[in-house]
Amino acid sequence: MIYLIETTIDERELKQSIEDDRAGAIAAFEGRVRNHNDEKAVVELIYETCESLAEKEADRIVSEAKEKFPILNAVLRHRTGKIKIGELAVFVAVSSAHRQAAFQACRYIIDEAKRRLAIWKKETYADGTSVWVNCQSCSAMRLGGAAHHEQEHNHHKHLKPSEQSAPVLSSIGEVAHE
Amino acid sequence: MGAFLALAKIRLFMQKALKKTVQIRYYALLREERGVASETIVTCASTLAQLYEDLRKRHELSLSQERMSVAVNDSFANWSDPIADQDVIVFVPPVAGG
Repeated sequence: MIYLIETTIDERELKQSIEDDRAGAIAAFEGRVRNHNDEKAVVELIYETCESLAEKEADRIVSEAKEKFPILNAVLRHRTGKIKIGELAVFVAVSSAHRQAAFQACRYIIDEAKRRLAIWKKETYADGTSVWVNCQSCSAMRLGGAAHHEQEHNHHKHLKPSEQSAPVLSSIGEVAHE
Repeated sequence: MGAFLALAKIRLFMQKALKKTVQIRYYALLREERGVASETIVTCASTLAQLYEDLRKRHELSLSQERMSVAVNDSFANWSDPIADQDVIVFVPPVAGG
């Protein structure tokens, strides 16, 4: 299954892909780009991803949902690259015999996707500044202006560092740059 | 003199043995701060945490380890994990998808 896409998400096609005669319920979530964040007007939004990491983790999340809840099928798709106000940024849909499992699995998938996928969002505001969301230590950069959708600003990490080490002297040479 | 030379040779051998060539991939804020999307480096750091600390100080990266995750060869890892030669390492800034 493809989880990341640079072009428009076709939610109709995705919903059709999970339809099943055994399904009495289909629950779906649409994450759309809104035009404000923290009372600032957003004029541009870009999603960047480490595709290999994100695809692998997305697959894991959907598999987990299928194990945890009695569902028939589930899809997850996330946009990458530049995205406009009102556009669909992420889509989740789940089919199951009954609605409770569909709602729960749908919620699980989007919550875990937001917490675990290696996807970063850069917002540019009408005042010319831009930030990488959740990287609050970054310095504001002057650029021209975007928008964004429902976003819980949190600092969840997939894994916490298990320990801090004292710096050691190491020889670092830059062999090649890309 | 013979002992001195022998010790020097042993020291050189140990340094060579400890060196690993790894590829680092940078994303989002880290990519902008480092100025490159990826680089291949030689390091003697024994853990991912030590490697990142070295890079952070050398290039004045703003994000601390506490706020990030780390992945090696497309799987999330622990900061205390050792580094192997030819590892592909991603330092993962706070994510914001969904």
